[in-house]
Amino acid sequence: MNEKPEKLIDKKGSRLDGRKADELRPIKIELGVLSNADGSAYIEHGKNKILAAVFGPREMHPKHLSLPDRMVLRCRYHMAPFSVQERKSPAPSRREVELSKVIRESLEPSVFVEYYPRTGIDLFIEVLQADGGTRCASITAASLAIADAGIPMRDLVVACAAGKIDDTVVLDLMDTEDKLGVADVPVAYMPNLNAVTLLQMDGILAPDEFEQAVNMAIEGCKKIYVMQKEALKTKYMDVKEEVEE
Amino acid sequence: MSSLITRVRQKQIGQLIETGKRLDGRGLRDYREIKLEQGLIEKAEGSARVLLGKTEVLVGIKVETGKPFPDTPNEGVQTVNAELVPLASPTFEPGPPDENAIELARIVDRGIRESKAIDTEKLCIEPGKNVFVVFVDVWVLNHDGNLIDASALAAVAALLNTKMPNYEIKDGEVKIKHGYTPLPIKSKPITVTIAKVNDKLIVDPWLEEEQIMDARISMAINEAGNICAVQKGCAGYFTRQQVIEATKIAQEKAAEIRKKLDW
Repeated sequence: MNEKPEKLIDKKGSRLDGRKADELRPIKIELGVLSNADGSAYIEHGKNKILAAVFGPREMHPKHLSLPDRMVLRCRYHMAPFSVQERKSPAPSRREVELSKVIRESLEPSVFVEYYPRTGIDLFIEVLQADGGTRCASITAASLAIADAGIPMRDLVVACAAGKIDDTVVLDLMDTEDKLGVADVPVAYMPNLNAVTLLQMDGILAPDEFEQAVNMAIEGCKKIYVMQKEALKTKYMDVKEEVEE
Repeated sequence: MSSLITRVRQKQIGQLIETGKRLDGRGLRDYREIKLEQGLIEKAEGSARVLLGKTEVLVGIKVETGKPFPDTPNEGVQTVNAELVPLASPTFEPGPPDENAIELARIVDRGIRESKAIDTEKLCIEPGKNVFVVFVDVWVLNHDGNLIDASALAAVAALLNTKMPNYEIKDGEVKIKHGYTPLPIKSKPITVTIAKVNDKLIVDPWLEEEQIMDARISMAINEAGNICAVQKGCAGYFTRQQVIEATKIAQEKAAEIRKKLDW
């Protein structure tokens, strides 16, 4: 284990990894990375490395879970045993069950579920390496995987966290900042609809700090949204080139 | 976990809320009547029962000795578990906790943990070796909506009622002695749930309102009016402005409940 740093942010406003308060970690997104899935995406958000895959719309298994007037969305968020410092048991933990639920609920408002009655889509998220903010990076990738599968959507869902370390409200907390910091506020957002689809918080924040954190996270989301669209375009540029050859 | 309600009823509830009224006669920002009873399970170290309208939640607390987590050797351990007991609703089924039960337990847990309600450092017996483990078990006995607020309230009320066994260390072993001391409590968070129905924000949704709500947001508020935990739920969304409005409502209602309970 590393020594506990005395300060998470220094007098000049520089964080442990040299970022400023409102700066995101480097992000790399790629689409269509898995050939068997109907849609897939890979994201590197700082040290987070996450794969998301979508199967469907397809017949539900077991069949009785299907609904007559809409599609059912299922989601499994899962962390690989080697993704964290101390080995994590591969069996789903209570945290993973909760995250699977909130991630599903954050993506559901973006999908036109009524277009595919009696069917289901399965969304699988595998965290290969975790470094704080995995639920947010998972949502960003999963939304792109749904788009990659060609499922009609109202907007892409993009997620980013803000929080408080020492006395400062900052954007996009990494693992050390999350653990030693004061609070963490993950937010998922659909920019075109001004819709907050996921909002959680732990830690203690005064109401004005909370408002500041939510606003900062939304600004972060808007920046990632641009990268999301760019990744989507890149994939279709590649397809276009292939066709033209 | 929803049972069916007719479209007519759904429409009626929604339209009524648009005009600022509710089917059970409450205003949009009114809670149902809260009844609180403590210490009704003698065998448990602490217990409390909350009635929120017809919603009924019993929380029992057991205190045992156990090992601390390696990263917090000087602190006691808190664990929260929730059971949606099948007798509480026709939609609850026996079996291991489903995602709804797990989410409920984790929201209650976060409210207590993040507000630092239990003074966990005082639960340490021998650093790194022996600490008190506080088991908070949330037993939902009747489901009529807003299990989150009822459970969170019952959990804190039960903690306030909890006594810790006295102990001594003999030949390196922990021996439980006669008598009890109260569990050290630092804070009493109150959780407020706000639901969005037909684009209106209402507090304390009851069962039928829960079935038609787009989304809900729950916030744990401490004595200073600060926010200690937040959870948005359901497959709908809030606008940024609604999130800010919800924080204000949560603070107001938490203060009101706090005053009523004299916490």
